[in-house]
Amino acid sequence: MIPLLTSIFAITLRAGTSLVYATVGEIYTENSGILNLGVEGMMMMSAVTGFGAAYYSGSVWVGFLVAMLVGGLLGALHAFLSVTMRANQVVSGLSITLFGTGLASFLGQRLGPEANSFNLAGLTGPRLTAQPIAFVINIPVLGALFSQDILTYAAYFVVPLAWYYLYKTRNGLNLRAVGENPITAVAMGINVVKTRYLYTILGGILIGIGGAHLSLSYTPGWTENLTGGRGWIVIALVIFAMWNPARAVLGAILFGGINAIQFRLQAIGTTIPSSFLNMLPYLMTIIVLVVMTWWETLKKRIGAPAALGVPYMREDK
Amino acid sequence: MIDQSSNVILEMRGITKRFPGVVANDNVDLKLHDGEVLALLGENGAGKSTLMNILVGLYRQDEGEIYVRDELVQISSPRDSADLGIGMVHQNFMLVPTMTVAENIILGMVDLPLVPDMRQISEGIRELSQRYQLKVNPDVKIWQLSVGEQQRVEILKLIYRGAEILILDEPTAVLTPQESHELQEVLKIMTKEDKSAIFITHKMEEVMSFSDRVMVLQNGRLTATRKTSETSPNELARLMVGRDVLFRLEKEVVQPGDVVLELKNVNAKDDRGLPALRGVSLKIRCGEILGIAGVAGNGQDQLAEVISGLRNPDSGNVFISGKDVTNNSPLGMIKAGVSHIPADRMGMGTVGNMAVAENLIMKGYRNEPISSGGLIRPKKILDYAKRMIESFKIATPTAKTRVKFLSGGNIQKTILAREIDACDGILVAVYPSRGLDVGATEAVRNMLLEQRSDGRGILLISEDLDELTSIADRIAVLFEGKIMGIINSEDADIEVLGLMMGGARLEELQNESGLKSAQVKD
Repeated sequence: MIPLLTSIFAITLRAGTSLVYATVGEIYTENSGILNLGVEGMMMMSAVTGFGAAYYSGSVWVGFLVAMLVGGLLGALHAFLSVTMRANQVVSGLSITLFGTGLASFLGQRLGPEANSFNLAGLTGPRLTAQPIAFVINIPVLGALFSQDILTYAAYFVVPLAWYYLYKTRNGLNLRAVGENPITAVAMGINVVKTRYLYTILGGILIGIGGAHLSLSYTPGWTENLTGGRGWIVIALVIFAMWNPARAVLGAILFGGINAIQFRLQAIGTTIPSSFLNMLPYLMTIIVLVVMTWWETLKKRIGAPAALGVPYMREDK
Repeated sequence: MIDQSSNVILEMRGITKRFPGVVANDNVDLKLHDGEVLALLGENGAGKSTLMNILVGLYRQDEGEIYVRDELVQISSPRDSADLGIGMVHQNFMLVPTMTVAENIILGMVDLPLVPDMRQISEGIRELSQRYQLKVNPDVKIWQLSVGEQQRVEILKLIYRGAEILILDEPTAVLTPQESHELQEVLKIMTKEDKSAIFITHKMEEVMSFSDRVMVLQNGRLTATRKTSETSPNELARLMVGRDVLFRLEKEVVQPGDVVLELKNVNAKDDRGLPALRGVSLKIRCGEILGIAGVAGNGQDQLAEVISGLRNPDSGNVFISGKDVTNNSPLGMIKAGVSHIPADRMGMGTVGNMAVAENLIMKGYRNEPISSGGLIRPKKILDYAKRMIESFKIATPTAKTRVKFLSGGNIQKTILAREIDACDGILVAVYPSRGLDVGATEAVRNMLLEQRSDGRGILLISEDLDELTSIADRIAVLFEGKIMGIINSEDADIEVLGLMMGGARLEELQNESGLKSAQVKD
């Protein structure tokens, strides 16, 4: 029983890593008042470009760098559309998702080597391997914490760091003020436009890491629809987390955990149809989201930044 | 008091600012001395706030120059003005409700370490708040504070950030008379330390009691500058409006009839789910205006919403002409005879992008002859609208002009026309003259008095005590959702009303004064 739990926990952490990065990224962005619904497209684009770059360079790190660059650029695009052009943020985000998933699928069929008829799918490239830490790995169940790849280890620090940054530093205070009340922020001498650009791009970079973690570690390689809607799960997790990175971990572990369990069940071979099992993580996310939001509303702790999704205009008259 | 020889700390020369279609400031000059309180007087839309927004870098002037301590300065952002020691308390407070007082005060400050020591900052704020008698706890969240306390936070914030020139935009609008007096004391402490203040207002009495010097703006132009000691409220009023201001209110003697509206023990919550009305009971008779006084946010909005069916009470009953109408829908309340003039003219009162005519029939569209068989009849609508525009003197180019292009006064007249025409017994008017110029205010008040003469029961919610004492028959004071007492407006004393607005019950006050007069007798 203990080895089974340990292995489920290990898979949970592995499956949750990309979600943690992307969710923390989206939390930064949304705290500045920008709603980014382009996460799915951005993860897909960084997954495909990250894998392609790693395949040709032979280095996972080049892959991750390219993925961060692509994520950051798409973040900048969203910031340009919603901050500078003051486009509707929902429409801008959805366009990035549609554009991103479409382009990623196209690139997946074009960027590959001629030998594979230009396909990236089906290739084996470099992958981020697990770096188990000696001794501690043998602790029952909790040992799973120490059998991970470097990015998962880094995630253990990214989350508390994000929390500390948002709630304890001057920059975090200013960032939250921009998302809560941009007019006040401006009157206090904060540059709203710069802040929103900065954190939408930072969010994009973190989403890029999340996307590339899928194609370079969790399920190495490129396949059509690789993210499987994780970008949408991220947006749900941000709400579940009440825009607080500390709570995002819980959400990521929940989703990752159900994923791990359903994999196990499929491996053992049950009579439950596999498509139903595949659906489970998504279904549970929706149920938990609804229940938690309902519960938080009861406790009057609705935490959305007050100006989320509202374009800011100066000199309105 | 200020002597003319003291230093000029700030000078604005030839400031002009244009918005599409309006010149908000036209070649305005302003001078401010060390330790001086300068009042900026003018009606709504005279350009006071625009001028000050230029000074704090929220707007940029089209023409003109600004000098601080004789040096030409460019102010292109609020940070620039803060660096020059200029700070403003805006009419809508610049505070983040979900953050603490201390966090709000340090928001956007640059000379702080990356991880600020909040304990030490709170301590500093506490010291300042004692020195300036601005009592406030630095560690509570803004949303937990009253409006008066939030204003103190705003002032503390400016002092903490080293402001030497404080701009206050209509600071007393949200205060009880006693709180206004406290504010005056705070200003005195500050001017003693050679800080200066510019004080925006449209109330003559405040100019007289707060300021050393007064500048009057009219239609974006500077029309006069006076030493406060050398002018009078009457002269200022004339300078501000451009004519003599005498409210010509025709308040007839009306014998109140039957009770038309009664609230019994009504409790209701606000949108956040917190109690907003607690055990409110009141009666309004035909031909009577019941005024509701109180600092904004003490349950006035919820009271109006309960009566107009927009909010269901948790408990208690509402009766109209003796019939229980508790929990009626808004349409049910309209049919029962309630008309509602909401505080939010552009949000709840009108649809800005629709024509005056369409806004006028927004209630009447259900009835013949405006509509028949489910279709509206444009010809009849125009006829009706033209009649209304004429009888309510709505200044609009055509009946088809979009409402958002009208002035505030004419938007309000449009709402009044619709609501009064549809009114069948009860009129609920929420801040009906707020932000209107003197002419429009007079018109609105007279319309309410006419309705009173016609035998309607009127609930008038207002933050203007002069308005209440001049047109209401009785005045009830709301504090934290409770009625502190109801007094006849002839007997109303501003001091007593002020104390009640601050949470004192009428009986307590009467007992106290009863005791005092008894002591005098001894």
